[in-house]
Amino acid sequence: MKLNLKIWRQKNREDKGKMVDYSIDHVSPDMSFLEMLDVLNEQLINKGDDPIAFDHDCREGICGMCSLFINGRAHGPNYGVTTCQLHMRSFKDGDTIFIEPWRAQAFPVIKDLAVDRSAFDRVIQAGGYVSANTGGAQDANCLPVPKENADKAFAAATCIGCGACVATCKNGSAMLFVSAKVSQLALLPQGKAEAQQRVLNMVAQMDAEGFGNCSNTGACEIECPKGISLENIARMNREFMKASILSEK
Amino acid sequence: MSKLNSKIPEGSVDKKWTDYKNHVKLVNPANKRSIDIIVVGTGLAGSSAAASLAEMGYSVKAFCFQDSPRRAHSIAAQGGINAAKNYQNDGDSTYRLFYDTIKGGDYRAREANVHRLAEVSANIIDQCVAQGVPFARDYGGLLDNRSFGGTQVQRTFYAAGQTGQQLLLGAYSALSRQIALGKVKMYNRHEMLDVVVVGGKARGIIARNLVTGEIERHSAHAVLLCSGGYGNVFFLSTNAMGSNVTAAWKAHKRGAFFGNPCFTQIHPTCIPVSGDHQSKLTLMSESLRNDGRIWVPKKKEDAVAIQQGKKLGKDIAEDDRDYYLERRYPAFGNLVPRDVASRAAKERCDAGFGVNATGQAVFLDYAAAIERYGKIEANKHNMTNPTPEQIRAMGKDVVKEKYGNLFDMYKQITGEDPYETPMKIYPAVHYTMGGLWVDYELMTTIPGCYALGEANFSDHGANRLGASALMQGLADGYFVIPYTIGNYLADDIRTGKIPTNTPEFDAAEKAVKDQINFFVNNKGTKSVDYFHKRLGKIMWDKCGMARNEKGLKEAIQEIRQLREEFWKEVRVPGSNDEFNPELEKAGRVADFLELGELMCMDALTREESCGGHFREESQTEEGEAKRDDNRFSFVSAWEYKPDIKDEVLHKEELKFEEIKVVARSYK
Repeated sequence: MKLNLKIWRQKNREDKGKMVDYSIDHVSPDMSFLEMLDVLNEQLINKGDDPIAFDHDCREGICGMCSLFINGRAHGPNYGVTTCQLHMRSFKDGDTIFIEPWRAQAFPVIKDLAVDRSAFDRVIQAGGYVSANTGGAQDANCLPVPKENADKAFAAATCIGCGACVATCKNGSAMLFVSAKVSQLALLPQGKAEAQQRVLNMVAQMDAEGFGNCSNTGACEIECPKGISLENIARMNREFMKASILSEK
Repeated sequence: MSKLNSKIPEGSVDKKWTDYKNHVKLVNPANKRSIDIIVVGTGLAGSSAAASLAEMGYSVKAFCFQDSPRRAHSIAAQGGINAAKNYQNDGDSTYRLFYDTIKGGDYRAREANVHRLAEVSANIIDQCVAQGVPFARDYGGLLDNRSFGGTQVQRTFYAAGQTGQQLLLGAYSALSRQIALGKVKMYNRHEMLDVVVVGGKARGIIARNLVTGEIERHSAHAVLLCSGGYGNVFFLSTNAMGSNVTAAWKAHKRGAFFGNPCFTQIHPTCIPVSGDHQSKLTLMSESLRNDGRIWVPKKKEDAVAIQQGKKLGKDIAEDDRDYYLERRYPAFGNLVPRDVASRAAKERCDAGFGVNATGQAVFLDYAAAIERYGKIEANKHNMTNPTPEQIRAMGKDVVKEKYGNLFDMYKQITGEDPYETPMKIYPAVHYTMGGLWVDYELMTTIPGCYALGEANFSDHGANRLGASALMQGLADGYFVIPYTIGNYLADDIRTGKIPTNTPEFDAAEKAVKDQINFFVNNKGTKSVDYFHKRLGKIMWDKCGMARNEKGLKEAIQEIRQLREEFWKEVRVPGSNDEFNPELEKAGRVADFLELGELMCMDALTREESCGGHFREESQTEEGEAKRDDNRFSFVSAWEYKPDIKDEVLHKEELKFEEIKVVARSYK
């Protein structure tokens, strides 16, 4: 099939950037979306043009490195998939496809479609861990965890940190991402000891990074490729409230 | 006399590690603060090592080329992690895990290392649980296990089909904590481009900031390479797009011997190639072989009809199907080890029985499992006369419960519904058992330069068992290197900060800059991928699932020619002082073009079949792999010479004191 592409080009962080038109022919429905961009890049290189920069790595939907706003939606038109798993059979011959980077204050563009998501790392560094040094752990089965809690913690822990929630949110809020980690650790006995400080510190860092507030629209949950539930945001709000009242600091 | 000293401690195999730990040199906490360690790569091995060493008090600098340490490709591991916990009370023990790993590796791994791995396996689970890794649990709240890869015990811990993700995020959180404490300085989007050797010791690296293009010098008292495997030398593999050999290869060129480069694991259950645009291959968990039956048509005309799209799998009558694994290996059937299953698929496809347009695919069929499970459900619900539709519907629900996420993934990628039509699978490159040669302390032949995880050669011999890669990565990082590195660094407490303004750093930086300048100024005509794809095809055709002398010799010549062409014709757009993914790829492919030749040389030298390495000249009459313990019971360790063809082979003899060496049979 033949497609018209309108792709965001931006040389670097300071550049203003603009949409540029491309057209590509002989696209196979079996190609993944990123493979379609590979083919386009190959053509650009052969013509002596600058290829389009985009982030990607595992190409199996788990590393969280790929992104892209496709026709106004994070990771494209399908539910529950990342861009690397989106295939061209989801598009029709003659379609025009708009391809943009994640847009959020806390995710500055590095080049073209690649953005800087290191704010997520700093939020995790603020408290997204259990302070358990290597070597001191007790036998794993000394700590039974009710299956229901373990399953919920796991569901929250499947977040891949891609940033689709932030890009989708009209406020550029990272609540879904932050709450997934807060929830995972709040649901497990291992995480209880530091629960109060964790939620306070992570939320403070989230604000410091310039992420917006949550206004309960719920678009993040719909666009999340891993189906992280809004329930986590509710749990984080409870944890935060509890910690704000009880914390002695 | 060989230059290899594996430093295996004296004593019986089950005492070696304990004795070693009791007598190893220590570094006191005050001195640790003034010692710098560089960790390259932040997968399971790198993250766990960086976090653990920082907790101990060392000053750590960690590097990853991705935008965050959490992206490393360990994250994609699906199945699980082995540990000799014996929680299931099914007779598991350290010794049994040790034995299974040595046997699974076709007797080409070092006993002492593998025993240590089995010993620390249980600690890994404890550590991960303490970090909050949400492993699967039973209704009593205790940890659940499953069986994996044909072993007779249930020792695999798992977190649905995302065990690697959960373990990596656990290690990443420990690393993040140390970053916040200032004990680890993290360099995201940085790629190591050389090891700097000063006075015979590894004393730093040259790295490129991938956003600004700046070339940086970083010094340290020791350098840990945790940079993963080199499966992408085949272009198509299940590795991430960015996975590369550059860090390991640069160390090799600075004096680190490369161990068993030809040992590659080809995984039998991957989604077949769909066309020339293919950029990577996707693995379907090995667990699918528990219930699926693998087959191709018995009659050539049926196979041809399927290839031409005139027939579908379900049109082939039961009697006209060849369940070739069940036929050839009645005892293990569809559950034979990975190398055996992969070769059997290739054999059928080469004989013309493949089942897609390219002829490079076999069926993995769930129809029988759906029916079997459906009947069990009907019995459970006391249904006396269930219709076939009812049975199918109930069976589908059971299969969905067990494998739903994998079936969804298959449908997503191929557009076919595996509940209705058999899946098509084909083997793909998945893991490299070979890697930098290391001694018992995980040190390469460059003093102070260590290799951990998939980047080293040490624990899997010629074939890795399922659920053992995660175990090895974390064992190396959490429980081995924290002890062994002290034995070296104890002599460095008076050294002081390593300066970076020395001739060694000057020279290494200049070489790196020269190569980058060459790439961006070379006005070639072909893209980097063009060369990478051609290299991949040579490797897959001639150094893939089956190898022979003639093919390997041809491959060596072809790779040499291709390399020459690459340095003349490669075109890298853009400049060196910006975010330039093509430039990154060019450097990596340049190294793959050298490694590929060495792999073929290694495969050529090893005139036996063992594990993932199958030499067509060395097989039994039934076409099974034939090992040659008299001539090849050794580790190949290659010493770099400025022309790859001149590399020198050193041999580390393997001594089996605990385990009796026998032929592997799955008949």
